[in-house]
Amino acid sequence: MIIGLDVGGTHTDVVLIGEKGIANAIKVPTETSDLFGTILESLTRITQGIDPGTINRAVLSTTLTTNAIVQRKTAPVGMLVAGGPGIDPDYFRTGEHYYSVAGAMDHRGREIEPIDAEQIRQVGQRLKAAGIRLVGVVGKFSVRNPQHELAMGRLLEADFDRVFYGHRFSGQLNFPRRIATTYLNAAVAPIHQDFFEAVQKSLQRQGLGTPIRLLKPDGGNMRFAASLDCPAQTILSGPAASVMGAVASAAKDQQTLVLDIGGTTTDMAILIDGVPLLDPVGVELGGFKTLIRALRTHSIGVGGDSMVKVEADGLRVGPERIGLAMAYGGPVPTPTDAFHVLGLGEGGDCRRAREGIGEIAAALGMNLEAAAELIFETACRQILDGAAAMTARINREPVYTVHELYEDSRIAPQRMLILGGPAPQFAARLETLFDGPVQVVPRWKVANAIGAALARTTCEVALLADTQQRMATAPEENFFQEIRDGFNRRDAEQIALGLLRDKALRRGAKAEALEMELIESLEFNMVRGFHTAGKNIRVRAQVKPGLIEGYAALVGETCAVSSADILKTSADPSLGRH
Amino acid sequence: MLRAKHDTGLVFFPAFDWAISPTHPEREERLLYTQDQVLEEGLLDIDGIVELKPDPVNLRDVQRVHFCVPDPWAVMTESHFISAGGAKTIGMAVCDGRVKRGFALVRPPGHHANRMVHGARGFCNVNIEAIMIEVLRRAYGIDRVAIVDTDCHHGDGTQDIYWHDPDTLFISIHQDGRTLYPGSGFLHEMGGPNAVGTTINIPLPPYTSEEGFLYAIEKLVLPILEEFKPQLVVNSAGQDNHYSDPITNMNFSAQGYARLTELLAPDIAVLEGGYAIEGALPYVNAGIILALAGLDYRHLKEPDYDPRRMRQNREITRWIQQVGDKVLEQWSRRRQLGEQVRQQAACGRRQRTIFYDTDNIHESQDETVRVCPDCAGALRIESTADRSGRVLAVHIPRKACAACRETAYHWFEAADPKHFEHIFLQDRPKDTYINQAPRERDP
Repeated sequence: MIIGLDVGGTHTDVVLIGEKGIANAIKVPTETSDLFGTILESLTRITQGIDPGTINRAVLSTTLTTNAIVQRKTAPVGMLVAGGPGIDPDYFRTGEHYYSVAGAMDHRGREIEPIDAEQIRQVGQRLKAAGIRLVGVVGKFSVRNPQHELAMGRLLEADFDRVFYGHRFSGQLNFPRRIATTYLNAAVAPIHQDFFEAVQKSLQRQGLGTPIRLLKPDGGNMRFAASLDCPAQTILSGPAASVMGAVASAAKDQQTLVLDIGGTTTDMAILIDGVPLLDPVGVELGGFKTLIRALRTHSIGVGGDSMVKVEADGLRVGPERIGLAMAYGGPVPTPTDAFHVLGLGEGGDCRRAREGIGEIAAALGMNLEAAAELIFETACRQILDGAAAMTARINREPVYTVHELYEDSRIAPQRMLILGGPAPQFAARLETLFDGPVQVVPRWKVANAIGAALARTTCEVALLADTQQRMATAPEENFFQEIRDGFNRRDAEQIALGLLRDKALRRGAKAEALEMELIESLEFNMVRGFHTAGKNIRVRAQVKPGLIEGYAALVGETCAVSSADILKTSADPSLGRH
Repeated sequence: MLRAKHDTGLVFFPAFDWAISPTHPEREERLLYTQDQVLEEGLLDIDGIVELKPDPVNLRDVQRVHFCVPDPWAVMTESHFISAGGAKTIGMAVCDGRVKRGFALVRPPGHHANRMVHGARGFCNVNIEAIMIEVLRRAYGIDRVAIVDTDCHHGDGTQDIYWHDPDTLFISIHQDGRTLYPGSGFLHEMGGPNAVGTTINIPLPPYTSEEGFLYAIEKLVLPILEEFKPQLVVNSAGQDNHYSDPITNMNFSAQGYARLTELLAPDIAVLEGGYAIEGALPYVNAGIILALAGLDYRHLKEPDYDPRRMRQNREITRWIQQVGDKVLEQWSRRRQLGEQVRQQAACGRRQRTIFYDTDNIHESQDETVRVCPDCAGALRIESTADRSGRVLAVHIPRKACAACRETAYHWFEAADPKHFEHIFLQDRPKDTYINQAPRERDP
């Protein structure tokens, strides 16, 4: 059986999935000050009455590292940065213990200036004296040639708990982001390791021996052991959990807009033929722009508990959330209260909801039902406007070949999948405003935990071959190979796919179910003085984000919307339809 | 945190799948290392720098500027529509106020393309700056434009297109035409009889370095711009003055280009030539972007940059000063010089042969402009080239007076169809274009 757990701001959702489908699903209030307690309680409750030996997979999506970064509760890190010519690296300072050092490489990985061993040793001494235990070493173009980073690491290793190398986190070019990514991985390493080791130990005491896995923001997972090398790859996994929760229900041959409508926000993403779109560069968090791979998600401040108010230019929903809906004891009217007025509510105090919406109705000079309708409609339109803005932004992104520019691969979602608390209510209304089918994800209230449970192990590899220099390299994988005459793009693709396979298996993927694909494969003749001097070949390959084999069918069947039907058949309102 | 002082738009279109021929310098790889440098420096993450996707230009945009023989399809590929479109996209973003400045890092280039196009010259088929400028004039009502061409080669195509236009100031700074393709761009080339003085050539001797280029900008270009008062300044930003360029002989550097850009402060820069694709372009392009955005570029330099080796000798400095003195003298006397030109009987006529080195075509042109005190003058061009028969092209300028319009229509209507394979009419006030092939007119 499989456990999926997703920690949210207010609730932690946990599901237990067996061979016949979902065996159990619960919601536990998230105790922000005691994340450990929340996770343990959730896992203990979901496994009650279950033989722990039957659990062979447990995937957690938590807010541990995200919160640590946002609240700046991270370990101090000594950073050594070899920038060489270009923008002054001091602009990318990560904190107090940041040193710009000698050493430079060019865009093909040729040394421009050597590092200065004495300078590195001196910086090392100063960091040590300051009580620093973790260091990050980052060079410009280190993904083309990591020798400077490796040399710096060798000089520092003995004096520190751990050295983090910039070229190991991503094969992509972007020096400032490489600095930030390296810094964040080092900064959250201790808290990440301590926390999940403790979780693992507690589970073992309960007889749950399976190694835990952690969800990444790209909608894939990795084993805890693998995450120790890249702990920051666990940040912002929450939105990815929701998107993966919708994947099982998505059309395999169309573009789908996924909406996760929560209390405070609506998160959106796009699936192309059932596969989520990835962010082209990486996650941004707490003022840091990183190279951490992530699904492309967009968040707007509209949800079931958003504050509704009347302003000079009319009605507005959100972006503020003051508290719960008035029907549940909150202070201001919300879309959820409007649902109660329209007879779409679940439990709660309908009288208070009517009071709240009554104020809005009076301010607008209309009757209660009309005001509720308008609130509902306004919230839906704001969500659709947000979605349109996101697709427009994606469609404006540049491409670099004549072929791509004329190919016209514009995004225009043909259908919509909705999850989150008020999914059925919103789906019914959105269908009237959207030109295409709108469906609710089954188990819409815990689909995020299902997504975490069933996400596959993902990773990416970038390979560069330079036949003039006779080298094929993937520094991120610590791969360097001399190449023979006649080496071509096909050879490079084969190497990249081989490296990708090894990496995925190391991270915990199953060999028989790897879905690998090439995401870039370019070959350039290097012309020097009217002759071809060699080829510059660039290949990137990835394991597509997706669900593990065999389970999608168990959880994927969507329900066509008629919100009233869904609400009626909903035996347990906290869990959605069975 | 880095924040651009001036919001700056970039169109980056390296055309990774297009080359003139497999081993031609204008090749797929040309902007590969520039892209590497731009990405690795994180330039696109800087607040205030935005990357825009180019919209290809359409036929009307092209035919507002060019006479393509026999038609645009014969002389353009998709990549030319996108390259010109990149310039247009940047121009529109600036005029819309979306960004303060912009840089179109596109290929193929355009500044050797004349108004009449039979094929490619100097790697250029259509003039991407001129296409952009005429779109902006049409869409935003812009009138006075200055183009400062800092490519190492004389911008002869842009000069040809604006030769008769007193509202477009064209300044080209380039390696002396006696020592480099295309062999033109001398001091005496000052514009046609209706626009004497608004074409300015600043030929510099081989081995000019930072000192000489910056002298030309500070002492010549800036004061002239100040007086001309353009609404828009466009920089044809060729990068082949670089000391490592394989096909030129200058000693300019990334620091120099960045400083030049800072001084000139163009609204729009458009990439032209530059073929030191590893040693120069990555650094020069990054320098231009930083300078446009108003960011610190002091640490940006080539791996082998040594300013001491690039000092220019005194003889070169003296030469450049003499050129500069003449440029300023001609500029200050331009009205008087114009009067003198217009007193010559044959001043409205140019007969020339034009060589298309890239496509190996010889063209002969016989051009007549109506000498006119009120507008740029009706223009009539008869042209023959190796691959096509005789064509007639009539151009009615943007702000044509009634008399010039009448003259142009008379030329067009009186043309003997038996004489020409094509008769073209470019009517700028009406923004229309007619291509009459004899078959269609005489079935």
